[in-house]
Amino acid sequence: MKKIYGSASEALDGVLREGMLIAAGGFGLCGIPELLLQAIKDAGTKDLTFASNNAGVDDFGIGILLQTRQVKKMISSYVGENAEFMRQYLSGELELEFNPQGTLAERMRAGGCGIPGFYTKTGVGTVIAEGKEHKDFGGETYILEEGIFADLSIVKAWKADETGNLIFRKTARNFNPPAAMCGRVCVAEVEEIVPLGSLDPDGIHLPGIYVHRLIQGTHEKRIEQRTVRQKETA
Amino acid sequence: MPWNRNEMAARAAEELEDGMYVNLGIGIPTLVANYVGDKDITLQSENGMLGMGPFPFEGEEDADLINAGKQTITELRRTSYFDSATSFGMIRGGKIAAAILGAMEVAENGDLANWMIPGKLVKGMGGAMDLVAGVGRVIVVMDHTNKHGDSKVLRECTLPLTGKGVVDRIITNLGVLDVVDGGLKIVECADGVTEEVLRAATDATIV
Repeated sequence: MKKIYGSASEALDGVLREGMLIAAGGFGLCGIPELLLQAIKDAGTKDLTFASNNAGVDDFGIGILLQTRQVKKMISSYVGENAEFMRQYLSGELELEFNPQGTLAERMRAGGCGIPGFYTKTGVGTVIAEGKEHKDFGGETYILEEGIFADLSIVKAWKADETGNLIFRKTARNFNPPAAMCGRVCVAEVEEIVPLGSLDPDGIHLPGIYVHRLIQGTHEKRIEQRTVRQKETA
Repeated sequence: MPWNRNEMAARAAEELEDGMYVNLGIGIPTLVANYVGDKDITLQSENGMLGMGPFPFEGEEDADLINAGKQTITELRRTSYFDSATSFGMIRGGKIAAAILGAMEVAENGDLANWMIPGKLVKGMGGAMDLVAGVGRVIVVMDHTNKHGDSKVLRECTLPLTGKGVVDRIITNLGVLDVVDGGLKIVECADGVTEEVLRAATDATIV
């Protein structure tokens, strides 16, 4: 079973189709599958729905697919950093389903675990709860949220072995594991594919069972908000 | 004199106890970290980190290490990393002792509005709805009035809610109020602010 592909475009060959639901990892611009997003842009696949916490910025991340009008709908918790997104949304060209961030993460995790729905207190009494089933447990009210079953997952990790076992780095892990889990097919891009046996089995963050295709590449890893402190001068 | 931003943050830091795991929102709440003193507080960043450190020195920024406001940060010796589902699992599961966050409006029944203004640019709720529904204690830190001088502490919120009946304590530039049965209770007034001034500035039931 060969999982390693030569490029992002090769890894996506045969899995992209118009109107599909794609779960994407990343938080802001941190840990996003930037090479696979570029390959989807190159493929030109249209009418895509993305379950992704954010929509990137105008010229990076999912933002590049907004420029080419390849996105029909976003399922996100926060989309504030993208002017083109706002323009398309306000003009009615783009659908947007707001999900609270934890609800979105759990919807992905649940879908990946074969759980079609779960109850949560998040959003009770807000617009998020409108039209959803309410149920009381132990005197508290919860709403029903549904698991996400994506057609495709695209994620970014730090290291992989050739069987697709993944290790993430620092806060770049974020949505990548739950996004990877909920897709029928998962394609992962990593900074380095290492020889079998060189990852500590106790330190695997996401087992290779969730990863079907794998590429290694060079990442820009853009920083969205560079904040620093000054060294105290003696 | 009402409290300034730093004095509000210092007052909010008094709410934190040794050993707490805490989530701080963006704005004045972020400043609370500067006033925890000797207390052993672990900060959560909901994008997947416990034990958030200060901003990095110039040249030491790491694109893989950011906080929930997407700012570059650093790790500490106690730091752990995890995925977003685990992060909100600990929030939803009540493991985070307190969240300190800003607000547009708070009502006397504890309703909180801090994520959208209809007709204006809507950016999204991020993790705010999960936090207020899940953490042990919700402390709001905000100016008592908006830029028009109207009270942000209200009988009922006018904006879409982030959470219903979720706020425990409100810290403003004028003082500290608790959400109790029947309305709000004055806990303390800012230095030089009288109870009369605080009452007059508040468009809500004070019991």
